[in-house]
Amino acid sequence: MTTTAAASGRWRLKQPSVIPGFGLTLGFSLAYLTLIILIPLAGLVWRSASLSGAEFLGILSDPRTINALKISFGTAFIAAIVNVVFGVIVAWVIVRYEFPGRRIVDAVVDLPFALPTAVAGIALAALYAPNGWIGQILNVFGIKAAFNPTGIVIALVFIGLPFVVRTVQTVMEEIDREIEEAAATLGANRFQTVFRVLLPGLAPAILTGFALAFARGVGEYGSVIFIAGNIPYVSEIAPLLIVIRLEEFNYGAATAIATIMLALSFAMLLVINLIQAWSRRRYGHGA
Amino acid sequence: MDVSVKNLRKEFDRYPALHDVSLDIRSGELIALLGPSGSGKTTLLRLIAGLEQPTLGSIHFGDEDASHKTVQERNIGFVFQHYALFRHMTVADNIAFGLTVRPRGERPPKAEIRRRASELLEMVQLSGLEKRYPNQLSGGQRQRVALARAMAIEPRVLLLDEPFGALDAKVRKELRRWLREFHDRTGHTTVFVTHDQEEALELADRVVVMSQGKIEQVGSSDDVYDRPNSPFVFSFIGDSASVPVSIVDGSVRFRGNEIGVATRQGDITSGEATLFFRPQDVTLVTDPSAPALEGRVVTSRRLAGTRIADLDIGGADEPLHVEIEVPLDAQAANGTSIRFRPLRFKLFAK
Repeated sequence: MTTTAAASGRWRLKQPSVIPGFGLTLGFSLAYLTLIILIPLAGLVWRSASLSGAEFLGILSDPRTINALKISFGTAFIAAIVNVVFGVIVAWVIVRYEFPGRRIVDAVVDLPFALPTAVAGIALAALYAPNGWIGQILNVFGIKAAFNPTGIVIALVFIGLPFVVRTVQTVMEEIDREIEEAAATLGANRFQTVFRVLLPGLAPAILTGFALAFARGVGEYGSVIFIAGNIPYVSEIAPLLIVIRLEEFNYGAATAIATIMLALSFAMLLVINLIQAWSRRRYGHGA
Repeated sequence: MDVSVKNLRKEFDRYPALHDVSLDIRSGELIALLGPSGSGKTTLLRLIAGLEQPTLGSIHFGDEDASHKTVQERNIGFVFQHYALFRHMTVADNIAFGLTVRPRGERPPKAEIRRRASELLEMVQLSGLEKRYPNQLSGGQRQRVALARAMAIEPRVLLLDEPFGALDAKVRKELRRWLREFHDRTGHTTVFVTHDQEEALELADRVVVMSQGKIEQVGSSDDVYDRPNSPFVFSFIGDSASVPVSIVDGSVRFRGNEIGVATRQGDITSGEATLFFRPQDVTLVTDPSAPALEGRVVTSRRLAGTRIADLDIGGADEPLHVEIEVPLDAQAANGTSIRFRPLRFKLFAK
C-alpha cells in the first residue's frame, strides 16, 4: 500500500497503519486540546491584543515586569536544577535499595502533588521564617531563607520534586543490571559506572523531569506568595504581578504579562523538547 | 592463562546453586559449560568473572589466588547474552570504554585508543561502523561489538554467557564458526556457557556437562557423546533410550528374559541396572528364536535418510517407549512387531 501511494506521487496526510482509528483519535485529540488548552490561551492573547503596541511595549519594558519575569524564570530554573540533582538521588534510593519504609518514602514523594499549594506555602514560611525552626538555625549562619528569592526557590523545590523523581524513576527501573556489570568487567569503578554509563543513559528522562519541574515552577503561585515576601523588584513573581494587575482591574496589563510568560515558557519547553528528541534519537529510545 | 576452580560452593539465600565444583581450564582452551537451565553453569561463569562471590572454595588465575579480587582487578573479558552495550555511546566509544576508564597513568593516549578500537572492529569484521549506535546494528553485529569491547582490555580470560542465545538459528551458526576461528587466531583461554549441546559439541575443545549444581563430566565432544559417565550425561547429550534391566550372571535381562546383551568388563555383574543406548546403535533381529528386545511400533517418522520408530516394548500393562532407528526398507508400519538388540550400550547400576 505504501509503495503504491509513493508511486502515484500523491502526498498523503495519513500513513497507512495497521492500528485502526487514527482519524478518530487524532480528531478527538485535536478537539480536546483545542477546548482545554488552545481556546483559553487564544482568549488570553486576544485580550492582550486590545492593547496598542506602544502600551504593550510599555508594560514589557516596565522594570517591575522585567524583574518579576526574571525572578519567576530564574528561581524556577534554579529550583529545577536543585530538583534534578536531589530528585535523581531520591529516585536512585527508591529504585536500587531495599530498606524498611521504602514504600513510605515512595509515597511521600507524591505529597507535594496532593497538598494544597497554599498549605505548603504557609508551612514552609512558618519553618523558614527567621523565627521558625529552620529559619532560626539558618539565622545563626546569617542566611535568610524566607521573604526573599531564596524562599521562592525553597517553595519551588518542594513543588517540583515529584516531577523529577517520577520521570527518572520509571526509566531507572528499566536499566539492566548487566549494563553495570559490563562496565565493571571492563574495569570501571563505581564512580565511572554511574557518571559515564548510567547517568548519560538517563539523560532524556532527567531532561523531561527538569522541563516539568521548571514549567511547574514558572507557573506556581499558591505556595510561593506566602514565603516570597512579595517585595516588588526583589521577590515578586510574575504570576503575583498578574493577580495584582487584575485586582486593579487592569486586565490589559495582566494579559500582556501573561502573554509574555506564555511565549517565554513555550519557547523554553520547545527547546527542551527538541534537545530531548535529539538525544532520544541518538540513544535509540524508540527512534 | 590457566584457570582453576577449587571446591567452589555458592549459595543464594541458603539455597545451593553450586556444590563443591572443581575444574581445571588449560591456557588457550575453548571450554563449554553445558547443562539445562538451573544447572549452575552461569553461576560458575559469574564466579570466575567475580560478578558473584563464592560461599566456599577458591579460584586461581595461573598461580595467583583471585578469589578475593574484585571484578575490575581480575581483568577478564565478559560477553553477556543480551550484549549489554552502552546505547548512548557509538560503537567505537563502546569498544574504547575499557581503555578510557583506566587510571590516567595507565591510559593509552587518545590516538592510540582510537587506533586500537578500529583494529578491534576490523578483527570482528565490522570496519566502518565506528560511528553507529548500538540500536542501529543487528543482533549478530551487536554481539560482535560486545566481543570486541571485551577484547579491548586485553583480558586474561574470555568468558561468554550464552553468547548466541538471543540470535536466530542462521546467524548463530555463522557466529559459532566465526568464534572458533577467532579463538584459534587469538589463542585466548575462553569459557562459554550454553544450553545448546550442538553448539557445545561443535565448538569446544572440552565440554563440561553440568546438572543440579554439579559437574557430571568433563571431556572432549567424543568423550561426552560416546563415553558418557552417568545416566544424566547419556540422556542429556544426543538422543537415547533407557530400559530398566536386571543382570544375572553377566547376562542382561529385561523382565526376566534374556535380550542377547552381555555385560562387559567393568560393568556390574549382578543386580538392577539401567540400559542406555542410542537410537542408531541397534541392529534388527530377524531370527525369531534369538534373544532380543521386542516392541510394537506406535508411530514412526521419516528423518532424512532413515526412519525413527517409536516402539512400545513394555506391553499393554506397563508401556515403555524407546526410539530406535530402522532401515527404510524394514517393515515398520504402526502395529508391527520389531525385534532388536542394542549394539553399543552402557549399563548404569541403579
